[in-house]
Amino acid sequence: MCIERYTKKTTTDLKEVQTLAYKKVAKKYSGKIKEVTIGTGDKAITLGGRNVLPLHAFDGEVGQSPKVGLEIVDEVPSDWIDAFANLYGDVQKDAATWAKYVEETYAPDFICLRFEGADPNGSNRSVEECVETAKKVSESVSLPLVIAGSKNVEKDSEIFKAIAEALEGKNILLLSAQEENYKTVGAAGALAYKQKVAAESSVDINLAKQLNILMTQLGVQKEDVVMHVGCAAAGYGYEYVSSTMDRITLAALGQNDETLQMPIITPISFETWSVKESIATEEDEPNWGSIEERGIHMEVSTAAASIASGSDAVIVRHPKSLEAIKYYLNSIIG
Amino acid sequence: MALSGIQIFKLTPRTNCKECGFPTCMAFSMKVAAGAITIDKCPHISDEATQQLAEATAPPMKTIVIGKDAAERKIGGETVLFRHEKTLVSKTLFAVQFSDTMTDEVIESKMANIIKVDYDRIQEQMSVESIVVKYDGNKDKYLVLIEKLKSLGKIFILACTDVNIAKEAIALVKDTKPILVGANKDNIDDMIALAKENNVVLGLNGDTVEDIYALVETAEKAGHKELILNPGTTEMAKTFENTIEIRRTAIVGGDRTFGYPSIVFANELSNGNQFVETALASTYILKYGSIVVLDDINYPKALALFGLRQNIFTDPQKPMRVEPKVYEFNKPKEDSPVLITVDFALTYFVVSGEIERSKAPAWLLIPDAGGLSVLTSWAAGKFGGTVIKNMIKECGIEEKLTKKRLVLPGKVAVLKGDLEEELPGWEIIVGPEEAMQLPKFLNELV
Repeated sequence: MCIERYTKKTTTDLKEVQTLAYKKVAKKYSGKIKEVTIGTGDKAITLGGRNVLPLHAFDGEVGQSPKVGLEIVDEVPSDWIDAFANLYGDVQKDAATWAKYVEETYAPDFICLRFEGADPNGSNRSVEECVETAKKVSESVSLPLVIAGSKNVEKDSEIFKAIAEALEGKNILLLSAQEENYKTVGAAGALAYKQKVAAESSVDINLAKQLNILMTQLGVQKEDVVMHVGCAAAGYGYEYVSSTMDRITLAALGQNDETLQMPIITPISFETWSVKESIATEEDEPNWGSIEERGIHMEVSTAAASIASGSDAVIVRHPKSLEAIKYYLNSIIG
Repeated sequence: MALSGIQIFKLTPRTNCKECGFPTCMAFSMKVAAGAITIDKCPHISDEATQQLAEATAPPMKTIVIGKDAAERKIGGETVLFRHEKTLVSKTLFAVQFSDTMTDEVIESKMANIIKVDYDRIQEQMSVESIVVKYDGNKDKYLVLIEKLKSLGKIFILACTDVNIAKEAIALVKDTKPILVGANKDNIDDMIALAKENNVVLGLNGDTVEDIYALVETAEKAGHKELILNPGTTEMAKTFENTIEIRRTAIVGGDRTFGYPSIVFANELSNGNQFVETALASTYILKYGSIVVLDDINYPKALALFGLRQNIFTDPQKPMRVEPKVYEFNKPKEDSPVLITVDFALTYFVVSGEIERSKAPAWLLIPDAGGLSVLTSWAAGKFGGTVIKNMIKECGIEEKLTKKRLVLPGKVAVLKGDLEEELPGWEIIVGPEEAMQLPKFLNELV
């Protein structure tokens, strides 16, 4: 950081001192967020690349504009509000059709395919079935794919490993490897099949750093890792997310800490669509107005806050959230 | 920036008169340096010394008080750029904008919305604190509108660049400590005179930081230091840049010329798209908007923005706590299970979210557990058998139940034996270790 300030003149001409123009406090950082590319061909996207604080295009290299992806699920989602069924209709019944529809209709930067159906406490779809779905989705779209699991660490390791193999060459991002399964996911995803892996930690700079180091020790290249440093909906302990990201950004840029220079992806929709504000029915909360609008505001607010704190990619569920965040990004950093 | 004891000592009379209550001027100076007492406790201190000290110890950013009585709020006074460095002190205030070109219907509807969106969230009253009244050319209607909006009892922000109109408008609300967002490089002298005369906070409009800087200098030179800065209303990128530059110059650069709060018109920047407005408002909650102006308020917007604001403006050194009491989920009945966890807000949010998601009726008891996480509270002796027993006996939950089942957090399974002795008639069940497993657990339990 260098502070350019005018030196006060010893002259007695007070007027001259007083009318000295404003001097910018420039901030230059020695570190830079690494670039990580997901997908292949024309539609491939690159995350990161900035050496300035988020959205601070005026300070230096702002790198890649943050990317926004839409979430779809491998089976008809059981806990999404009705608005989505109205929006998507039968398209939701087949993930490949759904993905194609999303690509053609809403043109997000990437698609996040979430394997909720793999959950052993849910539909418990087999690894083979999940692979089949992933392959079909991949064939039907040209957008980069982010593959998310069912939040069951063991099952997720299995499906990530199998999908990484089946989609070799597609350069997908596996969301995510955690402390418990990073060896399987890291080794299969990044080492064996050259995919990208998101290292997930829970809202703590030290945990994020530790997992990145573990992944590196496993032999995974830093260029193949992005971070998922945790998320919370606005109003639900979001300050921890924001401050964790601030600290990571300052360490990565200011202290040039290479173990924290991976770009950050934040699955906003995984959190915001399950809080009371987004799911309480209009009958239960008659004052609160449209359930769909509530959900979009929660998602947009959390997504914008995350981007301002350091997310290089966010995942949203509602196409209107995608539209608003894209407009916001285009206007604020171009 | 702070002065040392020795530096303060040099400002004192050095007579050791003891009138301040301390044996020597040196002892007194050390106390002042430590912030234990203020310099004015010395009856012989010179005005010059007082002022020197005030300047040396003043925060880089001024705190401005706006509004009167119940509507009174403070903005500014920040000392850091990031909340983890210390804490952010003055929460972002929200405003809804009115104008003389709006139909009565629109005006009535916005007024009704401001009254309607007023609720409690974790011991904080959530509502819009202020209203912007913009002059768009119809003077008579403008003045009538101001009169009409008085009934809301909110902080007035008059957006008017016509000095003559502003004069009449200010006369209507000058006793309420309003803000006049009206000065630009063409009218600055007249606006300063008007603001000084009526003792109101003056808002400065400029398109570039250089313009705004020059306006602040002019105002300060004229002796008016109650200011708020408007970093732009036309371009999203430029406005963001200006907002950051202004705050950074004050906090990092130590240049107090920019040590004033900001007002950001998210409504005008968002091109009529309410979701874009929410994205911008959220950004300015984090990045230095002291007042954020919205087109209108409604619950969908408020729930997100006020929740985010509540989070960001918590002190990182003090964990956010929820009120100890019995919380009800999904209309619990006399045979619904009773869950218990700690009053640390983050724990409460996660647990309550998962109970909501399960759709299973349940009671949730929150005792006073010191605002710590489950294991920490337990280790500190604030979440043990006695605390839980007392909570159950005192909250009256037993009278509402025919089937007494208590679900403990899995992490304190060790309390099961104690509680079975302490609470005869209760079935003590060990719940899951992670909140995420609650929906499955509850649905299998019911």
